[in-house]
This record gives sequence, C-alpha cells and structure tokens, in this order.
Amino acid sequence: MKTKAITRLLFLGSILAWLVLVFSDITVLYSEIRQLPPGVPKWLPSVMLNIFILCLFYYYRYQIEKDESLSFTDLLWKVFATGLIATVVSLVFRLGEFLIGTTRLASHPLFKDLIYQINLALFLSFLLSAYTSWKRLILYQKSKWLIRIWLVFELCLFLALWYDSIQITVSSTASTIIIVIIALLVIVLSANMRWVAYLNFKQKWTSLLLLMLSFFYLGYFLFTVNSISAFINSIDPAFQDFGSHIFNVCLLCFVLVYSIFSFLVILFNLPTSSVFEQKLEEVVNFQRISQSIQTEQNEESVYNILLESSVSAVFADAAWLEIESASNGSKFFTYKITELESQQIRNHLKQHHVKGALDQSSDKTKNLSKYLASLKGSRFRSLIAFPIVVKGETIGTLALLKELPEGFNKEMMRIVSNFANQAGISIENFRLMEQAFQTERYKEELKIAKTVQKSLLPTKLESDPDFEISAFAQSADEVGGDYYDTLRINEHQVALIIADVSGKGTTAAFHMSQMKGIFHSLAQQELEPKEFMARANRALAFCLERGSFISATYFIVDTKIKTIRYSRAGHCPVLYYKASEKKTAYLKDKGTALGMVRSRDYTRLVENNELQYEPGDVMVLYTDGITEAKNKKNEEFDYHRLEAALQEVAEKSSREIEKNIIQRLYEFSGTSLINDDYTSMIIKFR
Amino acid sequence: MVHIKRLQEGGADIISVIGEIDASSSIELDLAIAKSVGEGFKQILVDCSALEYISSAGLGVFMSYIEELKDKNIPMVLFGMKEKVANTFSILGLAELLHITTTKPEAKKLADELSV
Repeated sequence: MKTKAITRLLFLGSILAWLVLVFSDITVLYSEIRQLPPGVPKWLPSVMLNIFILCLFYYYRYQIEKDESLSFTDLLWKVFATGLIATVVSLVFRLGEFLIGTTRLASHPLFKDLIYQINLALFLSFLLSAYTSWKRLILYQKSKWLIRIWLVFELCLFLALWYDSIQITVSSTASTIIIVIIALLVIVLSANMRWVAYLNFKQKWTSLLLLMLSFFYLGYFLFTVNSISAFINSIDPAFQDFGSHIFNVCLLCFVLVYSIFSFLVILFNLPTSSVFEQKLEEVVNFQRISQSIQTEQNEESVYNILLESSVSAVFADAAWLEIESASNGSKFFTYKITELESQQIRNHLKQHHVKGALDQSSDKTKNLSKYLASLKGSRFRSLIAFPIVVKGETIGTLALLKELPEGFNKEMMRIVSNFANQAGISIENFRLMEQAFQTERYKEELKIAKTVQKSLLPTKLESDPDFEISAFAQSADEVGGDYYDTLRINEHQVALIIADVSGKGTTAAFHMSQMKGIFHSLAQQELEPKEFMARANRALAFCLERGSFISATYFIVDTKIKTIRYSRAGHCPVLYYKASEKKTAYLKDKGTALGMVRSRDYTRLVENNELQYEPGDVMVLYTDGITEAKNKKNEEFDYHRLEAALQEVAEKSSREIEKNIIQRLYEFSGTSLINDDYTSMIIKFR
Repeated sequence: MVHIKRLQEGGADIISVIGEIDASSSIELDLAIAKSVGEGFKQILVDCSALEYISSAGLGVFMSYIEELKDKNIPMVLFGMKEKVANTFSILGLAELLHITTTKPEAKKLADELSV
C-alpha cells in the first residue's frame, strides 16, 4: 500500500515538474525571441527538468527494481512496452503536426518547443525505464565490487545532472573528464552479462527481438529530438538544448552500450544455449531417477525413466533395457525398437562371441559398435551397453543404439553411465524400502499375535478360603507360548493348569489358544488328571505340526479332602514347600509332553499323582523361561536358585513370594531386559 | 550355535552334536538326521557328549523322527548326554520314548539289539 502511494506520488510529481518545465521554458523562449526580460528565472526550466528526471528515476525504481517477480524477459518486455507507449504518443503528435500542415503555427518556435519538450520527456522516461531494468540485469549476480562500481556510476550521473543545470559553464575539459569517467564505468558495468546464461533458447530469441525494437525506439527518439532542437536553434540560437546535457548523453550512452552488448552476447550465446539446456535436462532427469522412489513408484517406473532419460541425453535412435530377475523372470523395455530386432542384435553378438556388455555378468560399459558392422540388414551402426548394478550384482543391461556410425562420444557414455548408476542406487533403495515394509508388516502381525496371546491368559484367578493364587507372565519381544489358567469344577474342586507351547511366534499363540479350549472343555468333565492328559493328547496329536508339542501340568485341588491330584505331561517339575517340615522339593514323577505320541500308548506315559496339602504349604508352578534364564556369565538361574527364592519367603503371602522370585530373577540376570518368557503361578494354602 | 559332524562306523551313522541347539539351529539337526535316513543307514547313533543345551525345538526334532524310524526299523540311540541335557529330556518325558545310553559301546550294543 505504501509503495503504491509513493509510486503515484512520484508519478504526479514528475508530471507537475514537467508542466512547470514546459511553461517556464516556453516563457523563457518567448521572452528571448521578443528580446524581453524573462518573466521567470532562466534557471527554472533546467532545475525543473532535473526534478522531473529524479521523480521518474524513483518512480521506475519502485516500479521495476523492487518488483521481485520480474524475470529477465519481463524486464526486457517492460522496457519494450515503455518504449512502445512513448513512441506511439510521439507518433500521434507527429500526426497532429502533419494534419496542421505548414501553417504558421506549425513552424512557430513556441509550438515547436512544446513538441520538443513532449518528445524529450517521452525519450527520457524510456531511457530511465531502460536504465532501471539494466541495473537489475547487471546486479543480478552481484559482488561487493560490482555494487561499489555501480554506486560510483550513479553518483557520477547525479553530479552530471546538477552540473548541467548550474549555468556557470566550467571549462569543456571538466565535462570531457566526467564523460570519460562515466564512459569507462559504463564499459566496465556492461561486462556483467551473467543473466544471459540463464535464458533458454526461446527466451533468447524473445530477448533479441525486444532489444532490436528498443534500438528502433532509441533511434527514432534520437532523430526526433535532435531534428526539432536543430530547427528551433536555427530560429533562436539562445534555445536551451536539453538533449545535449551531459547527463542525458551519458544516460543514452549507457542504455545504448548495454543494449548492444546484451544483443551481441545473446546472439553469440544462441548456438551454445542448446548445450546448456541439455545439461539442465540431464540434471533434472538425474533428479527424477533418484527421486522416483520416494513418490511411491515402483521399479518399473525407475526403468522407464532411466530409458527415457538416457535416450534423450545422448539422442539415441533406439534403446532397450533388459532386467534379469530370478523371481519375476526377465523384463524387457524398448524404445523405438522391436523385441525381434533387439533379439537379432543380441544373437549376432553372441555368435561373434562378444564377451561382456550384453552378458548379464558384465560390469563394464562397452562400446560394441564395431561388431554391429557385420550384422547385415540392421539400420544401426552404433551400440553401447551399460550394466545396471544393484548391491554389486548386475541386474540388467541398458543398450543404446544409433543409426550413425561412431555416434557416441565419451561425454555421452559418462552421462548414461551416471544415469545407470543412479538407477541402480534407486532400485537398491527401493528394494530396501520394500524389505523394511515387509518387516514392519511382520512386526505388526507379531504384535497382533502377542495381543492375542496376552488375551488368552486369565485376568482373574479362582480364589478359595483354602488357598490364594497369584500369577505373573512377562514375555520378551517375541510371542511366547506360556499358558496358565484356573477353573472351578464344583464347590470343592478347582482345576489348575500351566502349559508351555514349543516354539515361538504366531503358531505358538495359536497352539496356546487350542490348549485353552481343551482345558476349558475337559476340566468341566471332572476327569482324573491322567485321563485329562490322555484326552488332551488325543485332541492335540493331530492338530500340532511335526516337531511341535505342548508341555503341561494339570491339577485338581480338592478342598474337601485337602488333596492335590495332578498329572505332569513333560512340564517342569512342581516346586513344593512343605510348611510342617519347612522344606522345599521338586516333585519327581513321570510324564511325556502332549502331542509327541499319537498312539493310544500315551496313557502309559503319564500318571496320576496325589498329595495332601496342609495350611502354609506353597506350590510354585513355572515355565522353563525362569529356570533357563541366563546371567552375563551364561549361567542358568536353575532349579536351586528358584528353590532358594521360595525358601526365603515361604511363610509370606503368595504375592510376596511372587515378588521375591521376580526380584531374584532380575538380580541374577543383571538386566531389566527379558530375553525369554517368565511365567509363574504360585498357590499358597491356608 | 551348533556344529554337527557325521561319521560312519560299522554300518552305523554317528551324528555328533556340538554346541547348543535352539530354534534356529534345530534345522541343522533336522537336516543331518534326514540325510542319514535318506542315505539308508540302518542305525543312527547320536553323540550328545558335546551338547551343551537343547531347546524344546531341538527336542521336537528328535521326537518328530520317532515314528518314522520305528516304521523303517532304524534304531536311533542317543548317548553321552550331560546331566543338564539329560534332565531336559527326562522332564519332557522323552527318555521314555527315545533310546538313551551313557556310552558309545552301550549305544552300539542297544542299537544292535534293536535291529534284530
């Protein structure tokens, strides 16, 4: 908003200054012709001209210099447009003059002066707009020195501006010196043409055209202003010719010199611009290959981009890309060549025993053009092949063909080789990412299995006035197969189970859920523990895969007759604390794990056991994760440490016992990291 | 980590298991026994004297061959187990299902008896 107001104010200022200039200049001229003392001071017109110039200078500065959005061609276009408007306005006045014809008015010096002032104003505004635009172009890539030189240049111009309006004419040498200094600066500044390199081919042509038209305007105004001033001068020698002011001359010189320089530089840069564009395209293609992975594309698109980029980089007439992969067979991508044709070429090379390049085993770029010469009927005369390497393994070859002999130079080979390398890296990244996704998916599945497994464990355990139970299960990252549960059979009987499924992971969780089903259905039938095992084995034998089994111990606690009846099927022996003797012991008995034997012989392999419990007795059920927990010295926690952990707190509650076992276990292993499943169920009788 | 060596002696294939058998290394044991069976040996003796640890997966391997070997009439005898390893076998009740002896001559003798 602020800049807009400033621009308007400046524009208004310049118009006002110009009006005053015209009025005063005509007054001065009139009085001079009439030989009268002038009604206004003689210096007024030139001062007004200066103010007009300064206002316009700042106006363009806000209009052009501060506008960041302008491109190089936009700048040239602005100059051209200003020139166009100025010229059209000038031509309109010329037309008017022509219509008036050769009347007295037309040749009247005062009227001529008005026309002169109008043209001069238009010319100056054009020059100033060009000046501001050139400034931007020159300072496009600025250095400290360049800015200093530019400041000096502007200062000189400013001095020249005021030098002109001070009527005291110092010696002509002084003005010559100023002109020489400014001329030198102009030449130094005009050497800054870096912006030209950033134009593409089309933009260069546009710029040339715009510059050419600007030359035309310059020429037109120079002619018009000079001819009018010469005419007035012939009538009145005292006429002030502003056109020949040092400032105006310098400004014109600068605009003209820089325009000429730009024109020539652009012209000579035209032939090489395609090379620059090619290079730019290579960079873009390179980026496309390397970024093709991130945009959720697949390998195929990488291959396509590689093929496209390589062809456009070396102007190949045809190309093919062969990708060998063990899992998906080989893939073939072609560009302007039929598969049959490429097959012919490959066969031909094979016949000539050309090793490498088209062989999948090659890891070097090869120029195979010389072998093509002997292939009759082929339109191609040049052939180069590049390997595509992923993780040190050649996964494919890229072959580029040209109809010209010796069609590929070293530079081209280097570029395509870079492309091929980048494609290899992209594909490698792509595969790594695929792997990561796969792992992530697998992890996710494991997480689900783990949740399932957790949910299979009871949240609430049976309680009874005769005993209290507490249990804990902690598992490592993997999904384990530890299971425990309780079920009330009737008022005085409660079934307990602890089981361990062999193996880990999702299958273990599934087997565990089978075990849970079996427990909940069989326990209700009030079976003898041995019978329970026999039936469970029969159910499981054909469900578990070869090599899998479940170890379990099943208990029935009868509170009426104070007995524990149990059957052990390959599970860790029960740790029992006898309160009356204050002794702990592992219950040794016979029993084979579930799912190992399919035949009915299994009943022989398990047995019924029975013991009497008394208040204060403790039964510790656990899985091998606890006894096999290792410390840093690779020693196992083992049975005796577990026994000791119980002995220490055997008189306390089941929760206290549990706490102590966990604490001892962690103390022993020395880390808080779990590397196996720790599961335990503690039954304290009272 | 496990290292498995096979040695033929008097018509019997002696498989020496050295190290620890866990879930991943149990595959090697499985392969060794499968090979031995495939090559048509009439007796398989497993030397467990250098076996430090065996997980349930490893036990599963032995177990999974019981019926197959019974059908083919190939006796498999394990011998020389360390106490801890033997304990693992006995807890799981595998001692009842497998033939286990303390020394190699005993194992050979048992295998011969079983072969008849």
